[in-house]
Amino acid sequence: MKNIYLDNNATSQVAPEVTEAMLPFFKDLWGNPSSMHYFGGQVRKYIETAREQVAALIGADPSEIVFTGCGTESDNMAIRGAAEAMGRDMQIVTTKVEHLAVLGPCRLLKEHGFDLVELGVDPSGQLNLPDLRKTLSGRPSIVSIMWANNETGVVFPIDEIAALTSNAGAILHTDAVQAAGKIPINVRKTPLNMLSIAGHKLHAPKGIGALYVRKGTRLATFMVGGHQENGRRGGTENVPYIVGLGRACELAAAHMNREMTTVAALRDRLENGLLASCPDTMVNGDRSHRLPNTSNISFQYIEGEAILYHLSDIGVAASSGSACTSGSLEPSHVIRAMGVPFTAAHGSIRFSLSRYNTMDDVDYVVAHMPEIVKRLRALSPFVK
Amino acid sequence: MWDYTDKVLDHFRNPRNVGVIEAADGVGQVGSLACGDALKLMFKLDARKERIAEIKFQTFGCASAIASSSALTEMVKGMTLAQAAQVTNKDIADYLGGLPEQKMHCSVLGREALEAAIANYSTGKTDKKILEGKVICTCFGVTEEEIERVTRENKLISVDQVTNYCKAGGGCGNCRKDIEKIVERVRVQREASTASAAKPRRLTTLQKIQLIQATMDREIRPMLKKDGGDVELIDVLDNRVIISFRGMCAHCQSAEVTMKDVVQAKLREFVGEDLQVEEDKA
Repeated sequence: MKNIYLDNNATSQVAPEVTEAMLPFFKDLWGNPSSMHYFGGQVRKYIETAREQVAALIGADPSEIVFTGCGTESDNMAIRGAAEAMGRDMQIVTTKVEHLAVLGPCRLLKEHGFDLVELGVDPSGQLNLPDLRKTLSGRPSIVSIMWANNETGVVFPIDEIAALTSNAGAILHTDAVQAAGKIPINVRKTPLNMLSIAGHKLHAPKGIGALYVRKGTRLATFMVGGHQENGRRGGTENVPYIVGLGRACELAAAHMNREMTTVAALRDRLENGLLASCPDTMVNGDRSHRLPNTSNISFQYIEGEAILYHLSDIGVAASSGSACTSGSLEPSHVIRAMGVPFTAAHGSIRFSLSRYNTMDDVDYVVAHMPEIVKRLRALSPFVK
Repeated sequence: MWDYTDKVLDHFRNPRNVGVIEAADGVGQVGSLACGDALKLMFKLDARKERIAEIKFQTFGCASAIASSSALTEMVKGMTLAQAAQVTNKDIADYLGGLPEQKMHCSVLGREALEAAIANYSTGKTDKKILEGKVICTCFGVTEEEIERVTRENKLISVDQVTNYCKAGGGCGNCRKDIEKIVERVRVQREASTASAAKPRRLTTLQKIQLIQATMDREIRPMLKKDGGDVELIDVLDNRVIISFRGMCAHCQSAEVTMKDVVQAKLREFVGEDLQVEEDKA
């Protein structure tokens, strides 16, 4: 059977180069980097190399990188840490289309007495910047706005957002879990305070993340009880995974220019092919400001989970924003915030590609999708 | 992926009796696009107008909604209308070798469509859904009667279960308190009908306190913890139980309601009818 993986925004294949870089740290170099002997001490330099590799991907100084356990931890550390350091005079500002790893901490802070503003998006999934400016003018703010959306791939105008927040004297955190490694990020040019990265979205394994913290950003310590990471995140370093993340960032930086065109070409071939071969389909999200690897397509009048099972039967892995797959009874909060009509919301499918996909993969999906759509529409009471 | 049985996957991949019957004797349509699943069921009776001779369906929904519809049509083909009217959602789920708990509402959708189709045949009414009684869940349009019925037929004991079975409470969540009351009412009825409640024996003070603590640990605290709250037993003075709320409950505005409707109700049920629960104001 085919094995075509088009769900890279959920998690991505660990690059063979990354696995190889990690293996010595399971076999020989397993010492504790804090130890006062050669055996542990020799490991420390590899952590610092990885820190440089992560920093280089986003234009940061290595001292501004904190290794964490995952993207969710990075988001929690940034938002809750800033709130704790700054106090309740701050309002929290975010958007309705953030990942739950951001909405969760923001809503928790609301329960703890902080004011929370969740900005809406237009039908293309874009923010209204005058709304943001107005929100910022009222109060000192901690702002968390994603760089790119995980479901639609829509990229927010983060440079303009950062200009607004820095003019207003607000703290800006951005969840760049989907953007990092896929599109250029340069924190020297974008005046933001904090930025989250998750290893497993850029071909490192699960269980490792990073938070960029700009020098001078006030942040309460989230994980106390250890001197590691300059006291900002206690706990013995996850050395193999840190090394893996470093290598993955190095690879991403090296591949990025090429991938931005090759992966985007495959994505466009898939998207245009499906729009042409399947009637009553539409793309969700701003197609001109989008990650190169993501396409979110609604197949009207049919339901996402049913589509995914049929795709899975022919060896294709994708995901859906339908109610049945979002783990709740309503379609994804991102699709709903964009005001996608119910006829299309339940049938939204996300295809997310990577450097490991080929033209054959894409052509196979385009060739087989019409049959799946036809079968399900033949069952649907809403198709005339 | 969901843990679907082979039978669910078979009926999903190869649905039986798909389509439309021209000049059907009964047509039932339930659900909507907004809800994420919808089912239209049509049947034709035999020449003597006794048994279901032909039955077809159209479904918008997930794999288990399609499988439930397909299974239902296979089950009731050849049945008299009286027999078909006896089919419960549990029968549909059992026929499929079970459904994941979160997907039980698919089987309820099947039973509702069948009822609507039978009602359409016997009354001639074509209302898509007759809302009898008070609507409790406005997001998904579920009435008190429907919630009572799935609770009773499936012996449900929590609001989350009700949501899994008929979606009520799965939208904005504002009706969850109301659903909780219905679940509680049905549970009391069920217990009253099964065991003619054995007279509680007389407890010593120590036994009473231990039973109160055990009831709180087993029945009450897990429920509060789901919402991020907790409760602690402070003291027991004759029939007065002094408690203190923790976590989210400590600054929850409906803590008073929780105290009466949850804590006191449970303690009265499991320990003694005369207990009075008070919040520790010290």
